[in-house]
Amino acid sequence: MNQEAFFALADRLLERTQDDELLFANLDVEDSDFVRLNQNHVRQAGSVRSAGLGLTLIDGSKQVEGGCELTGSADADLALALSLLERLRERLPHVPDDPYLHFSDTPMQSSRAIAADLPDAAEAIATLTDQAVGLDLVGIWASGLIGDGLASSIGHRYWHQSESFNLDWSCYLDRDKAVKDAYSGFAWDPLQLAQRINRQRERLQIMARPQRRIEPGRYRAFLAPAAMQELMDMLAWGGFGLRDHRTRQTPLLALANGDVALHPRLNMTEANERGLAAGFTAEGFAKAERVPLINSGRFGQCLVDARSAKEYGAEVNAAAEYPEAIEVAAGDLPANDVLARLGTGLYIGNLWYCNWSDRNSCRVTGMTRFGTFWVEDGQIAAPLAVMRFDDSLYRLLGDRLEALTRERDLLLSAETYDGRSSDSALLPGALVSGIDLTL
Amino acid sequence: MKHQTEPLSQLHEIAAGFAATSPATTPAATAGADYWSLRLVDQTSEGLAVRDDVAEPSSLGLSRGGMVTVVVGAGIGYGATNDLSPAGLTAAFKRACRFASLHDRLGLFDARQYPRSALRAEFRSPVAQPWESWTLQDKLAVLAKACAGLDVDERIVERAAWLGHQRSVQLLFTSDGGEIAQHWEYVHCGLSATAHADGQTQTRRGGGADHAQQGGLERISASGLVDDAALVASEAIALVEAPECPTGRRDLVLLPSQMTLQIHESIGHPLELDRILGDERNYAGLSFVTPDMFGTYRYGSSLLNVTFDPDVPGELVSYAADDDGTPARRVHLIRDGILERPLGGALSQHRSRLTGTANARACDWDRPPIDRMANINLEPGEGGLDDLIARVEHGVLLDTNRSWSIDDSRNKFQFGCELGRLIEDGELKGLVRNPSYRGISAEFWRSLDGVGGAETLEVRGVRNCGKGEPNQSVFVGHASPPCLFRDVEVFGGGL
Repeated sequence: MNQEAFFALADRLLERTQDDELLFANLDVEDSDFVRLNQNHVRQAGSVRSAGLGLTLIDGSKQVEGGCELTGSADADLALALSLLERLRERLPHVPDDPYLHFSDTPMQSSRAIAADLPDAAEAIATLTDQAVGLDLVGIWASGLIGDGLASSIGHRYWHQSESFNLDWSCYLDRDKAVKDAYSGFAWDPLQLAQRINRQRERLQIMARPQRRIEPGRYRAFLAPAAMQELMDMLAWGGFGLRDHRTRQTPLLALANGDVALHPRLNMTEANERGLAAGFTAEGFAKAERVPLINSGRFGQCLVDARSAKEYGAEVNAAAEYPEAIEVAAGDLPANDVLARLGTGLYIGNLWYCNWSDRNSCRVTGMTRFGTFWVEDGQIAAPLAVMRFDDSLYRLLGDRLEALTRERDLLLSAETYDGRSSDSALLPGALVSGIDLTL
Repeated sequence: MKHQTEPLSQLHEIAAGFAATSPATTPAATAGADYWSLRLVDQTSEGLAVRDDVAEPSSLGLSRGGMVTVVVGAGIGYGATNDLSPAGLTAAFKRACRFASLHDRLGLFDARQYPRSALRAEFRSPVAQPWESWTLQDKLAVLAKACAGLDVDERIVERAAWLGHQRSVQLLFTSDGGEIAQHWEYVHCGLSATAHADGQTQTRRGGGADHAQQGGLERISASGLVDDAALVASEAIALVEAPECPTGRRDLVLLPSQMTLQIHESIGHPLELDRILGDERNYAGLSFVTPDMFGTYRYGSSLLNVTFDPDVPGELVSYAADDDGTPARRVHLIRDGILERPLGGALSQHRSRLTGTANARACDWDRPPIDRMANINLEPGEGGLDDLIARVEHGVLLDTNRSWSIDDSRNKFQFGCELGRLIEDGELKGLVRNPSYRGISAEFWRSLDGVGGAETLEVRGVRNCGKGEPNQSVFVGHASPPCLFRDVEVFGGGL
């Protein structure tokens, strides 16, 4: 379903509101190809076309929400939407007044379409498997269009769509000796892919060396941007939401209270201006273009959705109370100097399966994974057997943070649980004086 | 077919129309399509919640879609759509053929191995009290009462009670005459109380929060949604005041509320055959289990017996057949501590030449089946919880998982629980907060030294098991008694 079809459907649907009813209609649309690979061959391939309509019906101080799938046929979809609307209308009198009902009463409009030069999935896979001949490659190709729309009886008309590809893969030598990479974006360039594959071949030569096993303890370490992303994902889990802060459940409570501080050169921002995700909320608000989350190591602002804004008397700046477009400011460590500055310690390519060990102390546990090496005297010496860490982000991003890299990676999320994600992160690598390994 | 509800009748009509008119059955396409299946899913859901005595916006969900899977020569592909009109399904079929062609050229296996199903079967969840037998006001009133019951102390900084319903009707229809109709129904509810004092925040859950099963509104009283509220809130406060869990090696008594995750992460996932075959290495990971281990490997002590059991009434993933159309039956995965078979559907069994289970599952109409856990249960031993505790000189009892982390081979794990209680000289002592433990799967299960009897067995599960590319989140059932493990590394929180 495209913008024109959605707004046409919305116009017909919104005409059917009664009396003082207000109606918000949200659309999530996806037209995706997925090709799964194992051993550099196709494991599972197919396509998914879906369109989901979400309705919020408001009357006075009451609201109810509902959702249904759309088919792409104008008349059939109107019938489905009207049927849902009728069911919501039946429910509305039976729910209590909602003191936190909050929506934008200013009709706003915007439209953004990010076009892409996408290859046919079969062509891309043929290119990939040809370039990776001889490698034990495993991963996923995802491509196509995703879109979000909003129309309301107040007059909102928002549309955001993007076409993109996301190739997320790893190459294995044996058991968990592997290196990982991702190539994603809007303009497919087989030469860029070839460069990445060749770089992986070089890394695999080092990975072929005998694996180094180390004892638990504290080690100097460099966290590559992909590993940093795992730590940022942990902070996204309750770190910045206003509700988490007001109910004192945030793992950053001590930071927000001023009891601890992170490294003074650490600056984190929710950067919606990047424009990869929709710039509006389901309630019709425009997201803030930039929200400073951490300023010079001190807590900045919370992310505030419409409901929390009403409950706590704040301004809406986000669709949900977690970052979707996080950015960590670059440091001054040139990427070429990382190994020399690290000296002896761990080069951590990726972290995996992180979870809170103790939220009160902002303590995270997780595993090292792909592309993790033991470094000696500024040289990569050997691949490292997977190790568990358990450490506080107050330390890793605080008194033990030595430097952030000058270069940053733009990482587009490969997550597809609720459709293809439009989340992204712009992150440097981080050199830390110590990370606590426990198992 | 008995028990046909309106959605199922409609799905039958759609499937019959597809079979009669689609390109799948036209002469030209038949010559190319060796086998096809159409899996249709109709789902309704409802979510209600009351937080700090304020009703959250209620949500109603209606979903319907289908996946066409096509085998053409050595290739297989799928096309998923929520346009179930003849034209929509025909377009999905053509897209599936396009990807089957890609697989035919570059596929990992010969798709002629793909399991063809001619099974005719049906399944229906046991429901004593239908969701519709209570009005919306009835349900909100119960939630309001439960939420109010959490309001026991000003140190409680957030209270919530929730109630949800999901009805999934699936019809798998195949070109070999297979026709499998399954109707699952779930009512889930829960409580959460968060307490805060002196810089320490603790959350305690209950009222069914980690006790999901199939069923109807009878799940509300069975889960203690209202009755448990005061206890849940008082335990949250007690945890704020409790000392940290001590650090050191101790014996562990894990209640079923933690055994669920222990089984899930360090038995269920490692035994998934697609992991062993390497399909998941880029995302969920591989396994420390290798094909040569089946039949001989000592996974745990002789007390360890684990089954794949799709027949437990009400357990979260009881079903008649998996999503490839393979009939499901109870089998042992581990018997007397020895590893017997992996969790792998018919396709993975062909690829690995190992005998597995009927567990090719998809989370919804828009994702293809892959090897998943279903009901993975630890079979009971003998004796009560008190008997296990009495055998511990120096230990900790752990209740309700809150944190889980394990390596990509499913070996090095660390789990945290909401509540711990010290055990000294065979008796329960005081609460400890932030209790966690870590270990290695391949060693941990060999330290199993006590398994509670049938009277201590609890049927639970998780509703958020993630895996697969593209990603899929599914329900998984786990039944277990409390268990005793010897000499485990335990610790608490703090910087």
